[in-house]
Amino acid sequence: MEPRRIVTGTALPLDRSDVDTDQIIPAVWLKRVERTGFGAGLFAAWRDDPGFVLNQPHHRGAKILVAGTNFGTGSSREHAVWALEDYGFEAVVSPRFADIFRSNCTKVGLVPVQVDDLTGATLLQAVAADPTLVVTVDVAARTLSAPAVGIDVGFPLDDFTRHRLLEGLDDIDLTLGHADAIDAYERRRPSWLPTTAPA
Amino acid sequence: MTDQPRTLSDKVWDRHVVRTAPGEPDLLYVDLHLVHEVTSPQAFESLRLAGRALRRPDLTVATMDHNVPTTGLDRPVADPVSATQMATLARNCEEFGVRLHAMGQPGQGIVHIIGPEQGLTQPGMTIVCGDSHTSTHGALGALAFGIGTTEIEHVLATQTVPQSRPGTMAVSVEGELAAGVTAKDVILAVIGRIGTAGGVGSVVEYRGSAIRSLSVEGRMTVCNMSIEAGARAGMVAPDETTFDYLEGRLHAPKGAAWEAALEDWRTLVTDEGAVFDKEVVLDAAALRPHVSWGTNPGQVVPIDDVVPDPERLPDPGQRDAARRALAYMDLIAGTPMRDVAVDTVFVGSCTNSRIEDLRAAATVLEGRRVAPGMRALVVPGSFRVKAQAETEGLDRIFTEAGFEWRGAGCSMCLAMNPDKLSAGERCASTSNRNFEGRQGKGGRTHLVSPAVAAATAVAGHFATPADLEAVT
Ligand code: SF4
Repeated sequence: MEPRRIVTGTALPLDRSDVDTDQIIPAVWLKRVERTGFGAGLFAAWRDDPGFVLNQPHHRGAKILVAGTNFGTGSSREHAVWALEDYGFEAVVSPRFADIFRSNCTKVGLVPVQVDDLTGATLLQAVAADPTLVVTVDVAARTLSAPAVGIDVGFPLDDFTRHRLLEGLDDIDLTLGHADAIDAYERRRPSWLPTTAPA
Repeated sequence: MTDQPRTLSDKVWDRHVVRTAPGEPDLLYVDLHLVHEVTSPQAFESLRLAGRALRRPDLTVATMDHNVPTTGLDRPVADPVSATQMATLARNCEEFGVRLHAMGQPGQGIVHIIGPEQGLTQPGMTIVCGDSHTSTHGALGALAFGIGTTEIEHVLATQTVPQSRPGTMAVSVEGELAAGVTAKDVILAVIGRIGTAGGVGSVVEYRGSAIRSLSVEGRMTVCNMSIEAGARAGMVAPDETTFDYLEGRLHAPKGAAWEAALEDWRTLVTDEGAVFDKEVVLDAAALRPHVSWGTNPGQVVPIDDVVPDPERLPDPGQRDAARRALAYMDLIAGTPMRDVAVDTVFVGSCTNSRIEDLRAAATVLEGRRVAPGMRALVVPGSFRVKAQAETEGLDRIFTEAGFEWRGAGCSMCLAMNPDKLSAGERCASTSNRNFEGRQGKGGRTHLVSPAVAAATAVAGHFATPADLEAVT
């Protein structure tokens, strides 16, 4: 994973709640065996509508997606995060994220910025009104700011995830450093637990 | 370990902690890793590129389910992209030594159907899969949750997964369910009550006499849809019903090992006095068969009800979502649900494609025919379920009623294979997600139980078995 420290740029307002992963990346796109190229399928069904916000030229190049509450519900498909990243987003702002989506974000380096309802609504309105509004997500400081509209708030990010994002660390390397603990655990496991070998 | 009273999920969590450190997620050992063709290719590829080995192939098992066609199984897969994805899984399993239930083999089926069916899912285990409905396995008292592809790679390489301890939530359903009210109706009512974010950050333990009275398969239906309530996982404490279900299954412990396992499993209950972070209680007797009307699984009503009026919802966000949902679903507020005509009925998915689900639907269909013009299909969850149903003669009941009898897989639950709704088509489905386009672009999904699905197929509009004229 690439380090992710500061995301600063314009934002795209997606004024919908309960945006599910089937909307973010529809199932037909999941047949690919690669990790790349999913941006073209981002919100594929909604993009058929010329009025859809992603089709608005003045929002082109946005780095931050600002959505309604309960973003990323549904499936565990990491493809949803890959699609957002591939399209060019580096952070997503919402008052609430689905658990698996949130965890997938932090594995890939897309910053999930959880804000209170009021901040979320204010930011949505502000970026819809002014597509050039500059929004900044600072991972080290765990803050979201848009000084032009007076937004400067903290967001939750545990120390470990923050550290991993800042350094671009790979979980597997970290875990393999604890191989002794895994070995020891395996020696303690009850012998009656099943294996998948043909019975 | 502490002497404090603990919840079931905390007990299972505690016994799997490989390493804990302040400010870091716990490193959890994974007892069983289930793999399917859609979310795994990129994980195997990274593993290969990094030159890493698969730590425990013997705790890993794979199946093909999302892409598999459910007709013409003797012919090559028509969609080349699906075929490539399945071939990739086969190659990965071969290279890394993973047991695979490939298309056309007797053990093949939906990943969450085959685990319990083969006795691989046991109480107190940790089970992960790159699939959110892994929560299904919690029905046997396992802690089972969905993970993303990066985490899949992590499990392949280390047999562990770093996770922050979730919160605990109790959903108690007390009392007796009325006749005709099923496990599916219970979970739809729960989601209707707590909402699609009601369980975020939590493991839900389903408790109470109504849950105890459910079969293990019914409990799987309930736990399966925990994710639709936003929960990390769902669990039911193992009991005699669980042990009876498991005994004699392919991978269940045998002889002395069975006795040792039983002794351990009996400790897997929430201790008296343990406190949950959140608690919800539902009155079982008040529950009715449920139908979803919108585009998220929290948008449900009892079948006796009408399509709700968005303008009467208190929350502006919900109002907006409901307006959008009614437009997408082409429904008018105030319409009785029973008046809504249906084009297609789908009985299948990891929520409702086990043998008891097929029996429930077949019971309704015996001696009846689907409504004229109705497209109706049954897709058993696995080839074992299919074989069992055929032994019982259920396939004949389905086909004589006008249903298509198919091979096993996910099929029209997510429309990755050729089974899809066309734009505007309305479907009564026993699956778990009514998202826009889930069953095919522009398709309209209503979530129901197998019994309601079958009755609806006969009536041509939403109906319960009790609504149908008696078979003479
Ligand atoms: S049946 Fe549906 S929900 Fe279940 S695993 Fe398959 S696609 Fe996912």
